[in-house]
Amino acid sequence: MDVGVDVSAAPSPAPRFVVRTTTRLSSLGTMAAAGLVAALVVLPAFADRRLVQDLFFVLTMLVLAQSWNLLAGYAGLLSVGQQAFVGLGGYALFGLTTMAGVDPALAVVLSGLIAGVVAVPTAFIVFRLQGAYFAIGTWVVAETMRLVLAQVKQLGGGTGTSLPPAVTSAMVGLDGVRRLFDVRGSAARDVLAYWMALTLAVLTMGAIYTLLRSRRGLALAAIRDSELAAESCGVNAFRTKFFVYVMTAILTGSAGALIYLQKARISPDAAFSLLDWTADVIVIVVIGGIGTLEGPILGVLMFYALQTYFAATGTWYLMLLGGLAIAMMLFAPRGLWGLWSERFDVEVFALRRTLLTSAAPDQDPGARTDEKP
Amino acid sequence: MLGWIDTIVQGVLLGGLYALYATGLSVIFGIMRLVNLAHGDLIVLGAFLILVLSTNGINIVLAAAIVAPIMFALGYALQSLVLNRTLGRDVLPPLLITFGLSIILQNALLELFSADSRRLHVGALDAASLALGGGIAIGIMPLLCFLTAIAVIVALNLLFFHTALGRAFRATSDDAETAQLMGIDNRAIYAIAMGIAFFVCALAGVFLGARANFDPSIGPARLIYAFEAVIIGGLGSLWGTLAGGIVVGLAQTIGAQINPEWQILAGHVAFLGVLVVRPRGLFPRAAD
Repeated sequence: MDVGVDVSAAPSPAPRFVVRTTTRLSSLGTMAAAGLVAALVVLPAFADRRLVQDLFFVLTMLVLAQSWNLLAGYAGLLSVGQQAFVGLGGYALFGLTTMAGVDPALAVVLSGLIAGVVAVPTAFIVFRLQGAYFAIGTWVVAETMRLVLAQVKQLGGGTGTSLPPAVTSAMVGLDGVRRLFDVRGSAARDVLAYWMALTLAVLTMGAIYTLLRSRRGLALAAIRDSELAAESCGVNAFRTKFFVYVMTAILTGSAGALIYLQKARISPDAAFSLLDWTADVIVIVVIGGIGTLEGPILGVLMFYALQTYFAATGTWYLMLLGGLAIAMMLFAPRGLWGLWSERFDVEVFALRRTLLTSAAPDQDPGARTDEKP
Repeated sequence: MLGWIDTIVQGVLLGGLYALYATGLSVIFGIMRLVNLAHGDLIVLGAFLILVLSTNGINIVLAAAIVAPIMFALGYALQSLVLNRTLGRDVLPPLLITFGLSIILQNALLELFSADSRRLHVGALDAASLALGGGIAIGIMPLLCFLTAIAVIVALNLLFFHTALGRAFRATSDDAETAQLMGIDNRAIYAIAMGIAFFVCALAGVFLGARANFDPSIGPARLIYAFEAVIIGGLGSLWGTLAGGIVVGLAQTIGAQINPEWQILAGHVAFLGVLVVRPRGLFPRAAD
């Protein structure tokens, strides 16, 4: 079971160092997550349409939240301009489907890639700003994109446009879903959109988890702790941050495309809304716990509950969200998950690397160790 | 040709307004490396407070003289009670706290004053203008606004470079830890700096309300113009901030002259252009 390597060349008396990356709880967590995903896949067979629609919302917000969390919580890139990529993804989807006749499902993927391509030159501009100024710089970029797209008359200009029914009803697999569940076209479209959102959410979580477990993830943690020290150890901070920025743009753009495929109506003000696509997302991550993978999941569920019960109160609801963000930052800057995991030392997604000096092959028999001295 | 000269004159005057928006932002960034995301909403708050007083029959100038110290007190309280708790290396907490404050302010103003457009009326000065000959005239209010911006910058520079308090500000800005060793209470310095920024927000509120209509939702756009002026001007220099405001104002009026829909866009493009060509702004002073 224990595959830790002997660091010192000398035989046994010298201490052996092993890096432990999984705990028993995290192995259980992985199994539970797999079970949950399987349950979510078959859910439309039992659930009513309303629940499917709500889960679509939760899943797409989760993608946005995990992306922002990776950006701000892990890479220290405090963007308040992620609505740029939501809007861009949405508009790319509308452009691809209505002008180029691309299938909507394929267009979602392509829209994410387009957002990623646009993020490349954008990164070179906004990376010239540091810290808090980076934040507003990204916002200016989002505003610029909103104003530019408002000039594109083919996509409805400032007032926006709708997806023609011909586009939404021609999705690949729509007939299959309709026959499978014996439902009408619009309900089948909801199910299909839900599955796409689930796929995207799982891909997002998987991609972020893989990234954080890789060498690049280690580099990210090093940069977060001290950029100067990380650079002196050979970490290229710019390249690492650049990679994260483009990766989150792709994820955010895909989510934007999916959201606007489901809404079937787009306008510059809605698609590039700071409140809907960045403020809400920040609140989700901050409530749940920034800099953890579990936090945004908890946060999106809390946010969904808040929205269900209080959104009807309009301005008071928004003041509540603002107040929550302030209160969390003052009293629990690591969020609810942070409070919980600090107290009980739990971790569902194993991201920590614990250095053990293992004279005895001991402790947690369920633990797996990597060959990384 | 005359049209273009007029455009440039108006652009420079508009730049005065943006410099007034930006001065507070420039001061707090210069001293504590913090960005207040509620800055634009505070200008709108200042305008609404002055509106409340002026609709009760109080003269605008007197109203501003009452509101500005109140705003100073609010800024002092915000910094000493809330933001000073989050001092440290991490910029996330103060940034998100002011972001939350921005959302709260916008919605509280919306709840109190509705989404209607308002305006501060200054009597005969509303439409008064000064003819410069050749068909070009400049409005008295825009001119007053520009002169106020210059007066504020002169006053702040006097404060920073000719008083003991100003020396403490500069020392804290250069190296907060060493300044503390010299007996400077950096928390008090930060609170005063935030108070000054809020004070200037009240003055900016006068001209926000007197030059054009305002409503609770326009704060974030003011923050962006102010931010663009600060970055274009270069961090740490108030005269640079004025120059930055003029660049944004000129870009916007010239853009609007070409196509009315391009006004705001032209300002953003000018900002991004400066960022590409001169990332540290036109007149950088602070080395960070």
